[in-house]
Amino acid sequence: MTEKWRIQNFIVIEPVQLIEKVNDLKADGYRLGQVHCTKVEEGFELTYSFDKDHVLLNLRLVIPEEEEIMSITGIYWSAFIYENEMQDLFGVKFKHMILNYGGKFFKVSQPTPWNPKN
Amino acid sequence: MGKRTIVPFGPQHPVLPEPVHLDLVIEDEKVVEAIPSIGFIHRGLEKLVEKKEYTELVYVIERICGICSFGHGWGYCHAVEGLMNIEVPERAEYLRTIWHELSRIHSHILWLGLLADGFGFESLFMHCWRLRERVLDLFEKTTGGRVIFSVCKVGGVRKDVDKETLDEMVGVLRKMEIELKELTNTFMDDYSVKSRLVGIGVLSKEDAIELCAVGPMARASGVDLDIRLTGNGIYDKLGFAPCIETAGDCYARCAVRIREIYQSIDMIEEAVKTIPEGDIAVPVKGNAPKGEFITRLEQPRGECFYYAKGADSKFLERMRVRTPTNMNIPAMVKILQGCDLADVPMLFLTIDPCISCAER
Repeated sequence: MTEKWRIQNFIVIEPVQLIEKVNDLKADGYRLGQVHCTKVEEGFELTYSFDKDHVLLNLRLVIPEEEEIMSITGIYWSAFIYENEMQDLFGVKFKHMILNYGGKFFKVSQPTPWNPKN
Repeated sequence: MGKRTIVPFGPQHPVLPEPVHLDLVIEDEKVVEAIPSIGFIHRGLEKLVEKKEYTELVYVIERICGICSFGHGWGYCHAVEGLMNIEVPERAEYLRTIWHELSRIHSHILWLGLLADGFGFESLFMHCWRLRERVLDLFEKTTGGRVIFSVCKVGGVRKDVDKETLDEMVGVLRKMEIELKELTNTFMDDYSVKSRLVGIGVLSKEDAIELCAVGPMARASGVDLDIRLTGNGIYDKLGFAPCIETAGDCYARCAVRIREIYQSIDMIEEAVKTIPEGDIAVPVKGNAPKGEFITRLEQPRGECFYYAKGADSKFLERMRVRTPTNMNIPAMVKILQGCDLADVPMLFLTIDPCISCAER
């Protein structure tokens, strides 16, 4: 058994490439592992992790805070969990979410509490 | 088409140990749609990365959940060790694996009890939880804690366990196994239990892959997904192979977890036989460097992600934990569609949901 956990694949992409890349990964048999957001100076740094044969591949992109990013729920429906979480906690804006809780997925006492602006 | 009605399920419900809400759209007695809603116990633990140094944050992360607490501590340390390029002593890896597999036994037996309680078999529930106490006793004996152990730290573990105690642990587990076999017979062969589990809530292999299900939920549908195959811990030395079932129903999910209990006992015995002498930790000093590391661990409920981003500081810039329940909610929504209203509690329980984990 090789130590697959040591493999760190981070691929930087432009936001406009996201849907095409995610479609390619799905066609190639990748499973969506997780999506998360980090607040950075330039806006939001999003990391999409995919798994195939127990090896991870991570797509990385940065978007300005006011910019919308395409939802991947049309490709991986299960991404609604992550997109709603990022929308509620950071204020990331997604376009064409299949299941949008409109900021009410997490019952937080103030909007987007993990965005330092709040 | 019959009249459609929305039945609210939760956040308070007899089968729910933690608050979660489902809007069940039903037609006659059949569920046609289920809309999940979480967020009742969001604690913002990841945000505490700004207030706790990376060596202290392990105490926060292991409090994400009281059942898989040790695993969360290990997963966090694993991510930080990857970020800082720290090689953990082999004996520490053995001890981590032993405690993690004990946690799996404890978690699965606890879940079996909850399942029995869910289908109204109270005495079976009590037998399961009585048995689980022995595992908690082993935790107490080896770590000092029964729920939160705080034995995992960046660079290794805090406590060593002597050979005599490890042998005693194996003895207790082997005795437990005899009683567990009686419980297994009830879960797997009892007519009334089978009537609540067999053929209920079938998740096909295709759907499990499409919906990205993880853990026993995925393995019960024939998906060969187990993060213990990625080579972390000492699983490669223990000849590990995942337990797979193919029926994809509640019964298969129960069978996978039962088989995993026996498998964990075997792995602990093998680990105790082969554990090497040596250090249990390496010294860790300095800042967490700029960089990032993403890793995973197979928690009792399935694949769990840990991501650490360093900023050349004592404080991490970001710590992310993605828990298995997050990933099994979409699959749960799928299997609820078309089920009888009376089966909703069973279906919900068989994903083994942990809402504290999911919301962090």
